Amino acid sequence: MKTLNDAKIGEPVIVTKVCATGALKRRIVDMGLTKGTRVTVCRVAPLGDPIEIKLRNYNLSIRKADAKNILVED
Amino acid sequence: MNKILALIGNPNCGKTTLFNTLTGSNQYVGNWPGVTVERKIGELMNYEGYDVMDLPGVYSLSPYTPEEVVTRDYLLENHPGAVINILDASNLERNLYLTTQILEQGYPMVLALNMMDLVHKNGDDLDTQGLADALGCHAIEITASKGQGIKELLDVAIHASDGHVHLKPVRYSPVIEDTLVRIDEICNLPPEHDKRWHLVKIFERDPHELEKADLVPQLQEKLEALIRWAEQKDGDDSESLIAAGRYAAIEKLLSQYYKRGNKDQTSKISDAIDKVVTNRLLGLPIFFGIMWLMYFVSVSTVGQYTTDGMDALFKNLGELVRTAMDSATISPILSGLVVDGIIGGVGAVLSFVPQIFMLFLFLSFLEDCGYMSRVAFLMDRIFRSFGLSGRSFIPMLIGTGCSVPAIMSARTIENDKDRKLTIMLTPFIPCNAKLPLFALFAAALFPQNSWIGPSMYLFGILMVIVSGFALKKTRFFNTEAANFVMEMPAYHWPKLRSMWQHTWERVKGFIIKAGTIIFVASAVLWILQNFNLRLDMVKPEQSMMADIGRFIAPVFAPLGFGTWQTAFAAIGGFIAKEVIVSTFGILSGISDPENGGTAMQAVVQSMFTPASGYAFMVFILLASPCIAAIATIRREMDSWRWTLAALGYQTGIAYVIAFLVYQIGSRL
Repeated sequence: MKTLNDAKIGEPVIVTKVCATGALKRRIVDMGLTKGTRVTVCRVAPLGDPIEIKLRNYNLSIRKADAKNILVED
Repeated sequence: MNKILALIGNPNCGKTTLFNTLTGSNQYVGNWPGVTVERKIGELMNYEGYDVMDLPGVYSLSPYTPEEVVTRDYLLENHPGAVINILDASNLERNLYLTTQILEQGYPMVLALNMMDLVHKNGDDLDTQGLADALGCHAIEITASKGQGIKELLDVAIHASDGHVHLKPVRYSPVIEDTLVRIDEICNLPPEHDKRWHLVKIFERDPHELEKADLVPQLQEKLEALIRWAEQKDGDDSESLIAAGRYAAIEKLLSQYYKRGNKDQTSKISDAIDKVVTNRLLGLPIFFGIMWLMYFVSVSTVGQYTTDGMDALFKNLGELVRTAMDSATISPILSGLVVDGIIGGVGAVLSFVPQIFMLFLFLSFLEDCGYMSRVAFLMDRIFRSFGLSGRSFIPMLIGTGCSVPAIMSARTIENDKDRKLTIMLTPFIPCNAKLPLFALFAAALFPQNSWIGPSMYLFGILMVIVSGFALKKTRFFNTEAANFVMEMPAYHWPKLRSMWQHTWERVKGFIIKAGTIIFVASAVLWILQNFNLRLDMVKPEQSMMADIGRFIAPVFAPLGFGTWQTAFAAIGGFIAKEVIVSTFGILSGISDPENGGTAMQAVVQSMFTPASGYAFMVFILLASPCIAAIATIRREMDSWRWTLAALGYQTGIAYVIAFLVYQIGSRL
């Protein structure tokens, strides 16, 4: 399954499912990463982690390990 | 009792600016009980009988971060007269998410649409009236920074607080709406204004709400089956369904009332800046450049000059007072207490004020313009690996100058536990005041070794890393909230007034709170150093402090420096670490210890071996910081228990490490 962590920079993807639980899951959906949302990865931090993504007309940063919990499709 | 208008909104939406505009300088700033989250309340200007409560900036009312818990509990328990929900109009899609939750609580609410200038600049168009009608509340366009729209906003908020609202909470899918009706049949909630909120929370299986509903097992099963049914019908878990439902409703609203132009200036400019400052190659050098500039200006150049100036000022003031008191034939004991004890002690602390002021001006600039989020983005990788936040870098850096502003700067760390851990570990970084001691000891005991001084920094950093690792494993710091899903706000040019207010608030807090503790402590320490138990004024070696030194000296014996003089000096280090060196001088009868040079080295050589000297350096490096820093820790932690835990931890670690250093060192 493709996750947000696998998405290429600048290539829009659609969220299909958030697999995390508890506080992390809540935070992810609260920030607007819900099913059907269009997300684009903008850039990766200089040290390789975290990543910066664009969604709902604003920017968000998220660690790669957390991005692996977000399933996406092209 | 004044009626309360509660101010609520996302972080970075201009809420603090609005609060300052509404209340002017009539603010009371404190902490919410138990957490280091700022609690601000102020009297409404120009209107009698209203207070404004500035709730912490949150994205949602799901109770996971301390900010969310504080805000949610406040709303549910305190019943504000009206809620003013401030929104960044240029970022409505996410900002309205919080609005959909407040709507369900049913309080009289008005929307304050801030940053409309950005909306227009981006070529967008918002039908404010249409949006307001759709949500069943008033919406007022404001520019908080210029005070525009404020009067109108207050008029509708005060009108609303008399109960004139007919809110229209967002609707979910037919399956969920049907389920909410059936949950009500099971739980039978009282018909209050916040009923819909509770129903939605029960649907989300909120543990707190389920406990409050207190259902018999049979009904619990029925409820669970009902929620399962809805989840299967709509194809996701209930939490996700509600969040998605809220966002879907917002998208629909915006498609009707928000017309997007295609300029999108703000995000283009922000992206352009980010392309440079978070660039894979340039990001880190630029970051270190900015940090160096901040440190150079506020700590080492301008800061140092002004601090030295303040120092001299207090010395002169002290002498003036002494002369005046002497000529008025006031007892030298009293003038000693006032001049050496109080003016000296408080002066030592107040001389930090210019440094703190400069530093916080810088920090509020970085915070207000949006760069602070990028600092966390850049440094997260490194600091996370030993349990701290990416923003912990700033306190650690400032800590090489002085722990006081360093501890205060930990406020920029969002997570409560990360902040506490950072406050606890920052004093391990050797501050300016410890350098003369290290320099003297290195020259006296290790003349051939140039690595002795720098090794103190390595020791400090090592202890931060090891402690971060270890403490993060304990239940006090072990958070699930280690998640790092953080907004990267669009850059904008900070407003001078809000930067000023921000800075002044912190400096004032430092002067008042730290000042009072230090005032008392300096007087007490001075008395201990100059009097014996019968309260006769005596030489230092006969004072109570010397008695205390003799009493606790055996504790230091296993560390290799169990003499009363070293104990005396170490306790004196509580006032300020600078005094340790001069204390050794005074106790050995050297009149001008700061320029004592070889004489001072001889004193050190007579009291210490290389092993015990290095152990003493390590002990001073790691053990409890000076009174000013302790008072700051107390203020920032807002708890004596945490403060004592921090001091105990630092001193305990210092003891163990110094013990190991001496025991191993003396056998080499």
